[in-house]
Amino acid sequence: MRSLLRTLERATLRDIALVCLADALVGASFGAISASGGLPLWVPIALSVLVFAGGSQFAAVGVVLSGGGALAAVVTGLVLNARLLPFGFTVADVLDGPWWRRLIGAQLITDETAAFALQQGEPRRRKAAFWLCGIALYVVWNVSVLLGAVAGGLIGDTDALGLDAAFPAVLLALVLPSLADRRTRTAALVGAVVAVAVTPLVPAGLPVLLALVGLLFAGRPVVGAAEAASDEVEPVEPVRAEEKEAVR
Amino acid sequence: MMPLYAVLLLAVGTYAFRLAGPLFGGRLALSERLRHLLAVAATVLLVALVATGALTQGHGFAGWARPAGVLVAGVLALRRAPFPAVVVAGAATTAVLRLCGVG
Repeated sequence: MRSLLRTLERATLRDIALVCLADALVGASFGAISASGGLPLWVPIALSVLVFAGGSQFAAVGVVLSGGGALAAVVTGLVLNARLLPFGFTVADVLDGPWWRRLIGAQLITDETAAFALQQGEPRRRKAAFWLCGIALYVVWNVSVLLGAVAGGLIGDTDALGLDAAFPAVLLALVLPSLADRRTRTAALVGAVVAVAVTPLVPAGLPVLLALVGLLFAGRPVVGAAEAASDEVEPVEPVRAEEKEAVR
Repeated sequence: MMPLYAVLLLAVGTYAFRLAGPLFGGRLALSERLRHLLAVAATVLLVALVATGALTQGHGFAGWARPAGVLVAGVLALRRAPFPAVVVAGAATTAVLRLCGVG
């Protein structure tokens, strides 16, 4: 651990600490919202330890708390986490070495660790950033979820405190930065309108999945751009960071 | 309710997504199109969760207090307020509106 710390620059260490702090607050909110919504304590804890992907944890719990089935919750979480697939390919070079280290490292792949690994130029620093951020986040996330869940379980009347508004509020704060891209925004808007419109008609849990029809509006221009000129395609954030490194 | 098998299914599936890169990274490459589509899909689902979570309860309308709170949170987040302030202000708005008798 100490050699990891020495490999990285001060600014990187500070940024990793800030991300841990931010995720601690999100984790505590997740624990509190899950427990105050009436889920048993082990659910948010098991999700955090085993799934370790905040967005999908919120999504799965959100679907279940709104009356949706467990299967709808799983499918929603899995579609959300499919974005980790490209991250895995992007940080694959960081995860070399013995097989057990690769297996552990894979569990630490998140938006945050991928972004930090890609900010670093040389392989040694990429590795240090990935592992330090990953281990720190894993510990911080699980501890904060546990504390949040215990605290949330003590709350009596959650509606009187407006806690039902906290769930969409947390997600909104998390998703806003990725709405900067116009095509993503269009797709998300169409999806949201569809989801709300079908809510009275279909079983709970399905509306959110039906929102994926919004992808039709994101797909077409991207496909055209990819075929016409590959440099017009807007890559996801970590890839952009990689390009910046390449330019430098 | 969230049974254990559902938690495990989600965990195993998520781990498979994570492990594919480190396992096959040397031999396979993902197209830019697929990467973009997966990233947009994640955003679409999250925004749909925000919309349904803010506006609906069961199969009906959630009442005005909750979406009003989420709106306040959204405005604060857009203005780059700190995360705790965003969440607390959202919940507080909803709580105060309910105290005033707004559904």
